Amino acid sequence: MADNQKKDQSIFTNTLLTWIDERFPLSSMIRDHATEYYASKNFNIWYIFGVLSTVVLVIQLFTGLFLTMSYKPSVQEAFDSVEYIMRSVEWGWLIRYMHSTGSSFFFIVVYLHMFRAMLYGSYKKPRELIWIIGMLIYFCLMAEAFFGYLLPWGNMSYWAAGVIVNLFTAIPVIGETLAEWIRGDYYISDITLNRFFAFHVIAIPIALIALVVAHILALHHVGSNNPDGIEIKDYKDEEGKPVDGVAFHPYHTSKDLVGITIFLIFYCAAIFFAPEMGGLFLEVDNFEPANPLQTPEHIVPAWYYTPYYAILRAVPNKLMGAIILVAAVLCFVLLPWLDKCKVKSIRYRGWQYKVGLYLFAISFLVLGYLGMKPSTGIYVILARLFTIIYFAFFLLMPFYTRFEKTKPVPNRVIYKK
Amino acid sequence: MNIAKTTIVTCLYVLFIQSELIVASDDVSTTNVQIANNDVSDTASLQRGARNFFNHCAGCHSLKYMRYNQMAEDLDIEENQLIENLMFTQAATQDPITTSMLPSDGDRWFGKSPPDLSLIIRSRSADYVYNFLRGFTIDKYSPTGTDNQVLPGTSMPNILWLVKEQLSHEEFDQFALDIVNFLDYVAEPIQLKRKNIGVWVILFLLIFLIFSYLLYKDIWKEVH
Amino acid sequence: MDQEDKDIKTNSNRRKFLSIATSVTSVVGILFATIPFISSFQPNKKAKALGAAIKIDVSKLEAGSILKVIWRGQPIWVLRRSEGMLKTLQKKNLNLTDPESEMSVQPNFAQNKFRSLKPEFFIVEGVCTHLGCAPIEKLILPSVDMGSDWEGGFYCPCHGSKFDLSGRVFSGFPAPANLRVPPHRYQDENTVIIGESEEIVNG
Repeated sequence: MADNQKKDQSIFTNTLLTWIDERFPLSSMIRDHATEYYASKNFNIWYIFGVLSTVVLVIQLFTGLFLTMSYKPSVQEAFDSVEYIMRSVEWGWLIRYMHSTGSSFFFIVVYLHMFRAMLYGSYKKPRELIWIIGMLIYFCLMAEAFFGYLLPWGNMSYWAAGVIVNLFTAIPVIGETLAEWIRGDYYISDITLNRFFAFHVIAIPIALIALVVAHILALHHVGSNNPDGIEIKDYKDEEGKPVDGVAFHPYHTSKDLVGITIFLIFYCAAIFFAPEMGGLFLEVDNFEPANPLQTPEHIVPAWYYTPYYAILRAVPNKLMGAIILVAAVLCFVLLPWLDKCKVKSIRYRGWQYKVGLYLFAISFLVLGYLGMKPSTGIYVILARLFTIIYFAFFLLMPFYTRFEKTKPVPNRVIYKK
Repeated sequence: MNIAKTTIVTCLYVLFIQSELIVASDDVSTTNVQIANNDVSDTASLQRGARNFFNHCAGCHSLKYMRYNQMAEDLDIEENQLIENLMFTQAATQDPITTSMLPSDGDRWFGKSPPDLSLIIRSRSADYVYNFLRGFTIDKYSPTGTDNQVLPGTSMPNILWLVKEQLSHEEFDQFALDIVNFLDYVAEPIQLKRKNIGVWVILFLLIFLIFSYLLYKDIWKEVH
Repeated sequence: MDQEDKDIKTNSNRRKFLSIATSVTSVVGILFATIPFISSFQPNKKAKALGAAIKIDVSKLEAGSILKVIWRGQPIWVLRRSEGMLKTLQKKNLNLTDPESEMSVQPNFAQNKFRSLKPEFFIVEGVCTHLGCAPIEKLILPSVDMGSDWEGGFYCPCHGSKFDLSGRVFSGFPAPANLRVPPHRYQDENTVIIGESEEIVNG
């Protein structure tokens, strides 16, 4: 009896599936992107951050939707509406904290995701376009966070937005007009708030979703990289499957589920026990409404911008500082062409790249710390030093990577159980 | 309306008197800077803090993001106790805690309108407010007759001077700490509940982690 | 051979168990996770505060006149019925769709010909039960536009429904039920509280 029931059910699903497949490539998509998409079996922890980025994106979209139901994008009501969400809307506090914590975790996860690419050469041929799309996602993310940060209309929101928009005035001739055009007014006003709201809620989320889809399609077209930097498609078995690969589903899905769960533990720990994270996730100055008459004592951008902020302040000239800031971000885009070494993974590369990457990572972290400090004394000297190291990593790369003494790259991946 | 105005005028009047009469109750050496160490789970302290706040502070300072009935529910205060002991305006219990002082009046009387204190603990910290309340000193040349170590040049008069006179040193510290504790609760009423819920969420995730890890190991055991 | 089969069976059982355990736990988790989002749709504390009961002082209201207030976004009428109006209601009326208010919404104490706690004060939602327009009071007699047999009541301009002095709808009009009576109670002689009553509302 039970067997018949099961058969009936599977006949039903089979018929339904056939009907859909005749009209939509559902089964072939599932095969191409999950059950018959082969990725290397030796993924380590660095490979979880792509999935986590998608998870955080979904969380931000979902919680953002619910916040938009109660938030009011006007100068008179914005600050009050956030407190109203925190106190009056049932579970509003949780939705708000998920969104604010999610914003910071998004950058943690994305930075680690980018670093993976730098460790294993995931930006090299034939994956340059994946890297470029990823950079576009990064730029969109920074813009999204910038627009979103103005919305609570706290004092830090107001002044940080003012400072960053004023950066555009550094551009000669058109600078002032451009800044005014961005603001829609002579100062950061209700008009600015409303249009930043539109960008934050509609324009950039759509762009982000489109770019993430393109990012994943580009990846699946070429196939994933791995910690050993070898192309698993070069060694296929009789059935045409890569010998070093395992199907994305169920192998990587089950492994990623563990990774996602561990991530959620950290994420929930932050939300429930330290949503302010000592002023890093929710800044204390933002618990006061915007006050055009009083700048906070220490204006700092959010922690994920601080490396670039340190670089900006290291340069004593306004225009040059702005140019160098943009250059610092653009350096990443050029990585596939700056790196002249044919070997992908750091496991087999020469000492030059290892030292370079190590120094880069240190300088990124130190610059991040310096960006939170006042721009005086020893901090400025260190910021200048580490800015030079940062740029040296990128701009000298064509030279020091050309003659790297690489180790022999194996044919098969190294897999330890 | 009348009660608020009376309180304010009385304060001002008393201040003019006290600036001449008080000799040495506040000396700098005793008001040292301390860590607040308040405990928001101590409901008795929160109740005392609420009482202190409404009797001494609410005439000038609003708590506009907090509703009376919400506060009563969280602090285990019965509605009749709330109305009798803590409500001195025409507000209904579901209304937010506002003060009858107009911002324009506040600007005129004090130079700076007394700010709303709903979020003061989050924007300044418990330590700051605690030491502010304890940090008033005599200053013959200031308009109020006093100054404050934590915020020099403050327009706020030393409202609690009479309380300080009547209590011992430790009792006054406790008095101030209760207010700080209460304001900490007001700044984020959900803080106790969110930690409790958080424990359950993490526990659930740990259980889920065990299952998902075992499943992952089982699926991958054939991979070599 | 047998041992191998047994091993495969155990493995497949273990796999099934773990898959089910993981799936069930994740479904439970997702369900719990949706609770905050679904709850956030409920009327929040501000709505509840704004929707709290209102107190009306009826001492100054003259007999035969009507007072209009808003509660929870809806118009509420307080009509102080005159002696004449009360006498009219004593008469049996056969033209009513729901004379005993069986299909209409009102507190239990209002399921009678006066449809109120005290016959003198009629408290009703000024919302036509057809499609929600606000009826107009037609209390002055004789009435030119309501016809010679009009004894007082309310008229909805949208589709012509007519209601008597207790808000009961006359038959032959599109409105399906009598006007709704909100929960209410008296704090004292002069003060009625709209929004609270000692009983639950039926319907």
